[in-house]
Amino acid sequence: MSQDLAPLAEVGASGAPVRSYLRLVARRFRGHKVAVAALVVLVLLAGLAVFVNVMSPYEANPIPLTPEILGEAREQPTWDHIFGTDKLGRDMFTRSLVGLQKSLQIGFGVAIVSVLIGVVIGSLAGYYRGWIDALLMRFTDLILVLPALAVLIILASTPEPSFFGLFDFPPATTVTGMVIVISVLGWMPMARIVRGEFLSLREKEFVDAARAAGASGPRIIVRHLLPNAVGPIVVFGTLEVGLAILTEATLSFLGLGIQLPKISLGNLIADAEGTVGTDLAYLVIFPGLILFLIVLCVNFIGDGLRDALDPRAVR
Amino acid sequence: MTHTPPAPALLEVEGLEVEFKTEDGIVHAVNGVSLVVGMRETLAVVGESGSGKSVTALSIMGLVTKPGRITNGAVSFAGRDLRTLTDKEYRGLRGGDLAMIFQDPLSSLNPAFRVGDQIAEAIRAHSDTSKAAARERAAELLALVGIPQASTRARDYPHQFSGGMRQRAMIAMAIANVPKLLIADEPTTALDVTIQAQVLEVLQAAQRETDAAMLLITHDLGIVAGLADRVVVMYAGRIVEEATLDDLFYDPRHPYTIGLLGSLPRLDDKRGEPLRTIPGSPPGLYSLSVGCALAPRCAFAIDRCRSEQPELRVAGAAADHRSACFRAEELPGLRSEQPA
Amino acid sequence: MLRYIGRRLVASALVLLVASALIFVLVRAFGPDPAEARCRYSRSKAACMQEQREFLGLNESLPEQYFRFMGDFLQGDWGNSQRTDRSVAESVGDDLWESSQLAFWGVLVSVGLAVAIGGYSARKPYSKGDSLFTGLAFAGISMPTFWFGLITIHYLTGGLKDMLGTTEPIFYSIPNPVGSGPLEYARELTLPVLVLSVQLVAGWSRYQRSSMLDELHNDYIRTARAKGLSERRVVWKHGLRNSISPLVTVVALDFGGLFGGLIITERVFSRPGMGTLVLDAAISGDTQVLIPWMFVTGAIIILFNLLADVLYGVLDPRVRVA
Repeated sequence: MSQDLAPLAEVGASGAPVRSYLRLVARRFRGHKVAVAALVVLVLLAGLAVFVNVMSPYEANPIPLTPEILGEAREQPTWDHIFGTDKLGRDMFTRSLVGLQKSLQIGFGVAIVSVLIGVVIGSLAGYYRGWIDALLMRFTDLILVLPALAVLIILASTPEPSFFGLFDFPPATTVTGMVIVISVLGWMPMARIVRGEFLSLREKEFVDAARAAGASGPRIIVRHLLPNAVGPIVVFGTLEVGLAILTEATLSFLGLGIQLPKISLGNLIADAEGTVGTDLAYLVIFPGLILFLIVLCVNFIGDGLRDALDPRAVR
Repeated sequence: MTHTPPAPALLEVEGLEVEFKTEDGIVHAVNGVSLVVGMRETLAVVGESGSGKSVTALSIMGLVTKPGRITNGAVSFAGRDLRTLTDKEYRGLRGGDLAMIFQDPLSSLNPAFRVGDQIAEAIRAHSDTSKAAARERAAELLALVGIPQASTRARDYPHQFSGGMRQRAMIAMAIANVPKLLIADEPTTALDVTIQAQVLEVLQAAQRETDAAMLLITHDLGIVAGLADRVVVMYAGRIVEEATLDDLFYDPRHPYTIGLLGSLPRLDDKRGEPLRTIPGSPPGLYSLSVGCALAPRCAFAIDRCRSEQPELRVAGAAADHRSACFRAEELPGLRSEQPA
Repeated sequence: MLRYIGRRLVASALVLLVASALIFVLVRAFGPDPAEARCRYSRSKAACMQEQREFLGLNESLPEQYFRFMGDFLQGDWGNSQRTDRSVAESVGDDLWESSQLAFWGVLVSVGLAVAIGGYSARKPYSKGDSLFTGLAFAGISMPTFWFGLITIHYLTGGLKDMLGTTEPIFYSIPNPVGSGPLEYARELTLPVLVLSVQLVAGWSRYQRSSMLDELHNDYIRTARAKGLSERRVVWKHGLRNSISPLVTVVALDFGGLFGGLIITERVFSRPGMGTLVLDAAISGDTQVLIPWMFVTGAIIILFNLLADVLYGVLDPRVRVA
């Protein structure tokens, strides 16, 4: 199966073989029925989340809270409010979708940033080897030794994060701040994967050929090595989306991320925690179901992509 | 049955068919194999890899596992129909009356357990023996197959044994319960040439010790010459020739056997002729061939070979010599005409 | 073997030392500002901050702070919490004991389930049962632990009570208010252990499935069958014995993640422990607690990595004798 990948590197970014490779991947992905179903559900949910302002007849944070709205407070799920309404009469479905919007922004944001960091560190280590590799990988191992969630909590609990006052970061109560915080602890597996791929790829003939033709290190990395590592990178990126969504929700639930009135799935659940054990528990159950469902879809898609892109990988 | 084995039959295989379901289609590994092994007899099954000889052996042991499946045929052993046995009854036979030695002695021993304990386990699976007694017996068996300081070495792990010692241990394990039939699947293929002869001697001694019959599976006619009473040659999941040792070597009646003999180095070959190989490679077994499976590689093939499947029939002088070649009777003549 | 352990021990101590410096810099540079935390409600914040920075020694250079802190730390002086004024050494000791019980049962249950599920799935790959467990594993990996905890409380305390018509819930959602003894202990720990185990079982059972599958394809399995052993013995003795050392490694390497699980589980079930300690400390900017907390957990994680290395050697005779 690896011969499917070899020509990709040699032609680099030029047309046809890349297209036929993508067609092959698409065909293999379609063979994974669960992943296809997950993709459909994900697209539907994401579509609802993105267009929630246009499509929902309700507002997530209606201001002012009119007597009509307040009059609908604590309504069990009905066809009008399929997730019910909260203690102030706000539609829980609309609020959940707004939360999902944030989840997706953060999930994809973290995936992109941690893939970037991981690819840079992994490429340098895998291509240059020697002391660069040793230094970067020991550093990676060191970060992996730390209890991740505890570090995240410490980072996220800082109200005005800055590096010794030299430059400031957006706090974790914002989407950007959250993306930064989660990415800081999300890139290590990517770095290891890319390094591993590079260590084996750099011994291949086409890399020797490129080197003999006088290509520089960065050029070989970008033009010849990275295209061949694209499978594992995409798979990791996908799984990282799911992981980041879970992490964000957890931090927000713990009271450290996005703060109300800005909505996230985690703080919606935290806000309704007191309803557990009462008949208002739907306020906890439904936002959580959305969260669970979106992460499940992402993980199934990741699994399908792994089968399609990286047939050698052990499941 | 037109021929009688030299002694009362111990094992009879009749019309065995085995197939494997793979992603690329069904592989027909064994396509109607019939063979008989008499008491104390050594029958060699010869063929190149993929000829179905190992699968035949595993079928007799009842060890064909998914995606493989026996689709047809009968296997009877000491008068019992093996295909109707329950799992439990079959377990009683395996490692008891019916024992097997595998090709690669390193991977065939569990790396996590001591060699002696693995042999003791075989003993305890078939008799009510105490752990200590089984261990003692295991050490005796190891001594029997020529392991020096057997009681000490019994406490070693497989990786501490050399290749030859590991195969000796496998032989010890196989004869632990005095089997009636010993199946040896390429017992020396994975070993150094220098060790092969020693291990074969041990194997022969072990057979004598237990009075067992042996089904020797190999691709190496050199081994066959020293050990077997009769020989069965397999190609593409079928038996193509069956004869006594002498008949097969001195009067082969199938082009494939002739090819195998031609690729055997001989000490008395003075002509300095290069070793001959059989041109082409064995067929993929995804679909059953209409005619003789060897036809595409055969120098003697005629039109009939490509359209009709040759059956196993008596060929040559002896009544127990059979060949699946339409031109079996003409072969000796054809061979002398062929340019060297 | 002893030399190997010795070498790993030295390496681990080195990692621990570097990790402690990293943790110190991390908390000081990016963590909450302890002076700010103390002066959060002060009227003259700037003056208060100035005073507190001086008092806490935050005006010294970072290396100076680190060495002073490490010196005190190694002499057993871990200081007092800024929030509760309790001795940090004492609260870490108490909370470690609380968390250990949860972690012990969680890991035990998870390993047991993972071995059973992995073995079953490897024996019958792609069967209905295997597919079910695969689906469950995906659900487990995708499960927001905190939400699962709340759902469990909703359905398995109040919900179960209503369903069975008992006057008292069978399982507790908070540390046992009254009573003691093994039964009460079990009623208190069942739900937290369940919640802590979900992610672990999901991950480990998938791992165990693939490593058992690998083992069951090995030739020695065929030999074991050829000996006439029962299928159960073939799988659970010969197969399991060889797949157990990789699993031990994975379990040990997941100890960092285990602390994450503890933080969430303890928060949801209002349990005292290391998770609650770090969460409260972080929210109140209590770096006096945060830094020792990180040192201790870092040390535990490194210790378990070391233990995994050693166990791997002990469990695999090929490594042991070499």
